[in-house]
Amino acid sequence: MIKDMVCINCPRGCHIKVDTEALTVSGNFCPRGKAYGISEVTDPKRTLTSTVAVTGGVIERVSVKSSQPIEKKLLFKAMDEINKIRIKAPVEIGTVIIENLLSTGVNIIATKTVEAKND
Amino acid sequence: MNTNRDLIIIGGGPAGLAAAYGAFQEGLRDILIIERDDTLGGILNQCIHNGFGLHRFNEELTGPEYANRYEEMVKSTSVEIMSNTMAINLTDDKEVTVISSEGGLQVLKAKAIILAMGCRERPRGAISTPGDRCAGIFTAGAAQKYCNIDGYLVGKRIVILGSGDIGLIMARRMTLEGAKVLADVELCPYSNGLARNIAQCLDDYDIPLYPSYTVTDIVSDKDHQRIQKVVISKVDEHKKPIPGTEISFDCDTLLLSVGLIPENELSGKAGIELDCRTRGPIVFDNLETDKEGVFACGNVLQVHDLVDNVSAEGERAGHNAAKYIQNGEPISKIVKVCPGPGIGYVCPQFIRVDTMEDSVNVFFRVNLPENNVTLVLSGNDGKLASVKKIRVAPSEMESLKIKKEYLNNCSEITVSLEENHND
Amino acid sequence: MHYDVIVIGSGITGSSVAMELSKYHLKVAVLEKENDVAMKTTKANSGIVHAGYDPKPGTLMARLNVEGAKQIHALAPLMNFHFKEIGSLVIGSTPEEHETINKLYSRGLENKVEGIKILKTSNEVHKIEPNLNPDIDFALYAPSCGVVSPWEMALAFSYTARINGVDFFFDSGVTDIVSVDNGYQIMAGGKAYECEYVINCAGLYADKIYQLALKDKKDESFEIIPCKGEYYLLDKDQGSILNHVIFQTPTKLGKGVLVSPTVHGNLIVGPNADYDEDKDDTSTKSEALSLIRQASLKTTSKVSFGSNIRNFSGVRSYIKDYEDFLIAESPILPHFINFAGIKSPGISCGPAFGTEAIKILSGKGLKLDKKPDFKYYRLPSYFKEMSVIEKQDAIAKDKRFGQVICRCETVTEGEILDAIHAPIPARTIDGIKRRTNAGMGRCQGGFCGPKIFKILMEELNLNYDEVYQDTTGSNIVVGKTKEAK
Repeated sequence: MIKDMVCINCPRGCHIKVDTEALTVSGNFCPRGKAYGISEVTDPKRTLTSTVAVTGGVIERVSVKSSQPIEKKLLFKAMDEINKIRIKAPVEIGTVIIENLLSTGVNIIATKTVEAKND
Repeated sequence: MNTNRDLIIIGGGPAGLAAAYGAFQEGLRDILIIERDDTLGGILNQCIHNGFGLHRFNEELTGPEYANRYEEMVKSTSVEIMSNTMAINLTDDKEVTVISSEGGLQVLKAKAIILAMGCRERPRGAISTPGDRCAGIFTAGAAQKYCNIDGYLVGKRIVILGSGDIGLIMARRMTLEGAKVLADVELCPYSNGLARNIAQCLDDYDIPLYPSYTVTDIVSDKDHQRIQKVVISKVDEHKKPIPGTEISFDCDTLLLSVGLIPENELSGKAGIELDCRTRGPIVFDNLETDKEGVFACGNVLQVHDLVDNVSAEGERAGHNAAKYIQNGEPISKIVKVCPGPGIGYVCPQFIRVDTMEDSVNVFFRVNLPENNVTLVLSGNDGKLASVKKIRVAPSEMESLKIKKEYLNNCSEITVSLEENHND
Repeated sequence: MHYDVIVIGSGITGSSVAMELSKYHLKVAVLEKENDVAMKTTKANSGIVHAGYDPKPGTLMARLNVEGAKQIHALAPLMNFHFKEIGSLVIGSTPEEHETINKLYSRGLENKVEGIKILKTSNEVHKIEPNLNPDIDFALYAPSCGVVSPWEMALAFSYTARINGVDFFFDSGVTDIVSVDNGYQIMAGGKAYECEYVINCAGLYADKIYQLALKDKKDESFEIIPCKGEYYLLDKDQGSILNHVIFQTPTKLGKGVLVSPTVHGNLIVGPNADYDEDKDDTSTKSEALSLIRQASLKTTSKVSFGSNIRNFSGVRSYIKDYEDFLIAESPILPHFINFAGIKSPGISCGPAFGTEAIKILSGKGLKLDKKPDFKYYRLPSYFKEMSVIEKQDAIAKDKRFGQVICRCETVTEGEILDAIHAPIPARTIDGIKRRTNAGMGRCQGGFCGPKIFKILMEELNLNYDEVYQDTTGSNIVVGKTKEAK
């Protein structure tokens, strides 16, 4: 079967066709498109971006991302884990907030710095 | 504090940061950024999703990470930042009035100014959506701020009007935070967002897109005046609602993602001429406005899709502002750049032929999505260059290279769209 | 709680009456159903101070319009609410319209309106209004017509009443009125109030309030019919298209669609007249908005509706089978004074309602001793309208005037905090909007909303679900992210 999809790797958004049996891809501008197409029909993954609650910071939330794409089917479970965390400011950009999320080997990392509030 | 500066940049978001860096690279040292917020980075601070930086840094970054890259670059320079400071007036004489809690009111003068104020979201009134006026109606950006910075959920059952990127991104964001997004409603027959965003924001979460629909009524709960229902209707080819096609959604929130407008209040105060199509300043190839020594870049000049392009434009504005301070106003024959058939606007609108770089990129958007077309550059004597495209859309900014030699016998150059005939 | 006078309602009518009463040694209370003053008709109208040629001579409307307009001219600079005398034109281009305009002129003379004159040629009209349609060749010019901020006026009157001793009770809708010895007992917001005199300024519900008091005689009450008018409010780039308030020649349906600069520099277009049945329906309808837009083309084609920033609608009180205001002591209930059917030109009469109330009360046995220390409240100036020196002083006195919150209208944190601590405090997003202008600009609160939300929470120690858009219960947010399910 041929599946139509849009590659999400970059803003080009190539419209690609994936043969689900032969695992071949056409319409991709670059090799990442091919990898994406195959991954989508075998084991789709997504980069997760979200926020984590901060205590004592100048803002209430620190933005985070998954260090690698994680399986699409784990996204909401991942959100549950992320939602449990309360992290104390200051938080440096790049800090690993959750290590090895749901045993995937993927970390959740802070993508901005949140300074502590001066009281 | 010294109130006579070489370069003042109004706005410390991606455009302003890039402009500061660009000016510094060109050798300028006295550079001041005026930023109204506490931190630099502008709107990127709340754009926590990824998709930024693939061109500029060859990496996929989130908004805050992209902003951080430029902040680090600027931190390593002598650029001065005045944060929590708002520019409240600009004269055509390059005088900027700023206010802040710490500094009071100050009038600063500069040899050159770069406008980098970004843009604002169109409100409900811009499209005259009828119905009740009640709590629970937000622009997508405001909902994004509540969610990503302040940590509030604006609603649990959400209808989104507009399928541009901001609407699509918020559809995903609210879903991941536990809300139910009932529909994304789009006036045009096609979404105006990037195809990748439709895939990863709507399709991934089975959020239905309603193309050729619009919101035709908003109903609030009478006692508390919070939204409780949204009615959408199909529209005809003139974008007018078709009676009898109504679909209701019981919801508690309506998010509006119905367009961005460059924020040119200050530019207006300085009497800078604006292009009615871009709603940003009219500029020369060096990004200078019609006021000498005042430059513009980023979303205040033209609404961009990719922050990478904003940075490139910002760095160019910075270089050119520095060059202007060093060498003075360029003197040259001027060629006008015009949008032709199929093209919504062009930027820059004028080119100084004698002082331009070897080539100038003209940026533009097409009016309608089309397949198999040719983008054409023509001068007074006919076609100068053309590029075939498989697909173009209003949501994706395009560019063409205008080479210096094209402009030898030209007073006007036009960008237009032609359909491909099967040769 | 015992009062000499209780005023029901704090729109322009109730505020004006309360202010005038506060000039005398009287115990006065205002009972307001909503959580703030001026939440209904008073905040949703054209904002015009009419010259006064329109009402039928000899009516209360005619007299109070001229009186009120004069008082507004004097009070606006004193109390610092926005008012500008920009003059008006009633325009025409057909023989029938010329005739109506001539009739309005005669009426204006009878009503003693000063300065009115007829512009008889296209040249004369277009000299002062170049952007009017070319076919317009006749106009009634009234130089004393002005534009005002009606909610600012009501706030200024209410603040004045408050600082001169009037008690205000909000979220206090009246649920019962009982005649007792020497007056009335009123149940409102779960509390009982007693008074000798009642002044019913309850706007759209004035009939219901009167019926509560009449009890088994409630058929003696007048009936209020709501009439909805919708508007376009356009950005300031459209505000300079016209120099005066432009009226189309009136028809039986109303004053026609007006196109006018507002006192804040915007452009307003509207209203229509929709005799809705629902007093609380302030929704806008697409057919009505289209009709208004279409109708405005008769005045000028130069308006760019792409610059629209807001549509809104206001509901006025019309009395069934009665054209004039109904302002009088009840023939059945002694010391119960009705101010009913306050439709156009209600705003123009503003302060005159107060003086009229005193006139009525003074014939009814109420002792009226003037207070020697009465003071008018002066509204704080907008930061953006201050001179450079005033701005510097403001920030020097309180650094929070250096922090801009609403970037479209340049409203500072200092002003927002002042609004939260005003004699009648702002407690909601829209309460702050009415007092400071924050959120009235081209982005309509998209940028400042989250900031004002935060300020309200912190300053008033509110939970996030106690911050309202306007009406009590109109929550902005529904929860926090990351809360346990």
